[in-house]
Amino acid sequence: MSLEARVELTLGKLHLDVDLAVASGELVVLLGPNGAGKTTLLRALAGLVPLDRGRVVLDGRVLEDAESGEWLATERRPIGFVFQDYLLFPHLSALENVAFGLRARGVPRAEARGLAGAWLERVGLADHARSRPRALSGGQAQRVALARAMVADPRLLLLDEPLAALDAASRIEVRRDLRRHLASFDGARLLVTHDPLEAMTLADRLIVLEEGKITQTGTAAQVSAKPRSRYVAELVGVNLFRGLAAGHTVRLAAGGTLVVADDHHGEVFAAVHPHAVALYRRAPEGTPRNVLAGTADALEVVGDRVRVRVTGPVPIVAEVTPAAAAELRLADGGPVWAAVKATEVTVYPA
Amino acid sequence: MTGTARRRRAGGRSRIPALLLVPAGLALGFLAVPLAGLLARTPWGSLGAELATPRVLEALRLSLVCSLGAVAVSLLVGVPLAFVLARVDFPGRNLVRALTTLSMVLPPVVGGVALLLAFGRRGLLGRWLDQAFGITLPFTTAGAILAEAFVAMPFLVISTEAGLRAMDRRFEDAAATLGAGRWTILRRVTLPLIAPSLGAGVALCWARALGEFGATITFAGNLPGVTQTMPLAVYIALETDLEAAIALSLVLLVVSLAVLVALRDRWFPTA
Repeated sequence: MSLEARVELTLGKLHLDVDLAVASGELVVLLGPNGAGKTTLLRALAGLVPLDRGRVVLDGRVLEDAESGEWLATERRPIGFVFQDYLLFPHLSALENVAFGLRARGVPRAEARGLAGAWLERVGLADHARSRPRALSGGQAQRVALARAMVADPRLLLLDEPLAALDAASRIEVRRDLRRHLASFDGARLLVTHDPLEAMTLADRLIVLEEGKITQTGTAAQVSAKPRSRYVAELVGVNLFRGLAAGHTVRLAAGGTLVVADDHHGEVFAAVHPHAVALYRRAPEGTPRNVLAGTADALEVVGDRVRVRVTGPVPIVAEVTPAAAAELRLADGGPVWAAVKATEVTVYPA
Repeated sequence: MTGTARRRRAGGRSRIPALLLVPAGLALGFLAVPLAGLLARTPWGSLGAELATPRVLEALRLSLVCSLGAVAVSLLVGVPLAFVLARVDFPGRNLVRALTTLSMVLPPVVGGVALLLAFGRRGLLGRWLDQAFGITLPFTTAGAILAEAFVAMPFLVISTEAGLRAMDRRFEDAAATLGAGRWTILRRVTLPLIAPSLGAGVALCWARALGEFGATITFAGNLPGVTQTMPLAVYIALETDLEAAIALSLVLLVVSLAVLVALRDRWFPTA
């Protein structure tokens, strides 16, 4: 039981070109900036947007094949969809909302209500069965939306930013509950988010989508250890460079050179964590092989550290203690030298 | 601060020249005095008796039958039209939309003439209806219903179309992902969501149909018991039986007021 999809479509300015698979029992998180095409991809899998080219197969059954013209209408697909703002039918009670999918498929009213009631109990909302959606809090509405999507036993669950509509306070609790409810679902689950924390805590596997294309996949750990795009590097908080490696030197695409400890050849990424970057007011002479001249530009307080952005031929972000930043008067700007040991540069093929 | 500025501040909250109040008052009077006149001349004592005379009762019954019939026709064909206009993108859509609203601005008597030319005995379609089925429409109750529907349907179409456009279509997407086919979506999602617009459209349509005069008298004539609806009865009664005319007018006034009150939140929202 699994999803295999090759999706190619153009919608306005977005050109989506994606090849992905979700195994049954797997929770794949689709992470990406706004406008990347995440929602469009989900809608395409649901059959709400037609493919220009490609194929969607769920549990061996072809849902759509652009080339052969095969097409299974949305209402016949065994899917559940949780929309970004839940879209609970405002004229129906919570119970009727959850029962909707069953009634639509011909289940008799009493039976549908019984099953819906059981699901509401499962998500802890049995007391609110008769409430209208406008009387529910964000977290409660989300749980009803989830129950509604899951009640008819879909094979694929699609969730579009399920926590985005919540305020920060509810998000933590709802994320924990969501994790629990999703864990009890044995089909394939594809969740879309732009929140890296959500991605990290929920994902079995992560797919990074940027501008309609997949830039990286892997577990959360793999993706954060070896970012392959500026977007991921910024999410993880790592300096990312791209260049051509020839042995122990990497000639950076944007100019400049890095000396690295490992031997590499060809196109590579070079990642340097900000805490591995030391700043000096005079050019240091010591073991660090990489001494980059630049100007201290912007300072940002992150927790109990200070991040300093250094501009110059090789722009880099350094993480220092507030005391150090104060001692060197980095807030005033001015020339600095950033030193990075060759052993602190992680290099991997591009 | 000078004296002039202070004075301007004191009366300045409304920010319109005070002189505007004069013509505004005239307009209000112009609109209110006729209504006041009607209420003043109403024979309150004998109102009940007036409303119970056979002629008046006949007109009341006919008005009810014809206006409700017009609403039924409008619902049957007007709502589907609204759906097509709102949801289907076809060439000439704007033209069609203009056409549906045409009878709203067309002088009703002109509408009546047009109906005659189309459905009269020698009309475009009327000829065929007469020869093939023996159906004649002019000067019949059915004709009155048709005339009223002609002028009143656009109100329903426009209101429904507006409701459809304003509705979040993703609710229909959500229903589809839950396994609902098109008819189920229509029944259980779309119609309930546009119910307020639909209701308002029906109210307006009915009020318009009830008050229709020009098209009815031209196409359906003025036959008591057959096509003499309330507005027509009022017109005739003015010459012979003023009290009856006033009584009928009052009924129509009360109905109009009731529609206004029912739709006040849509027309005069308390922002």
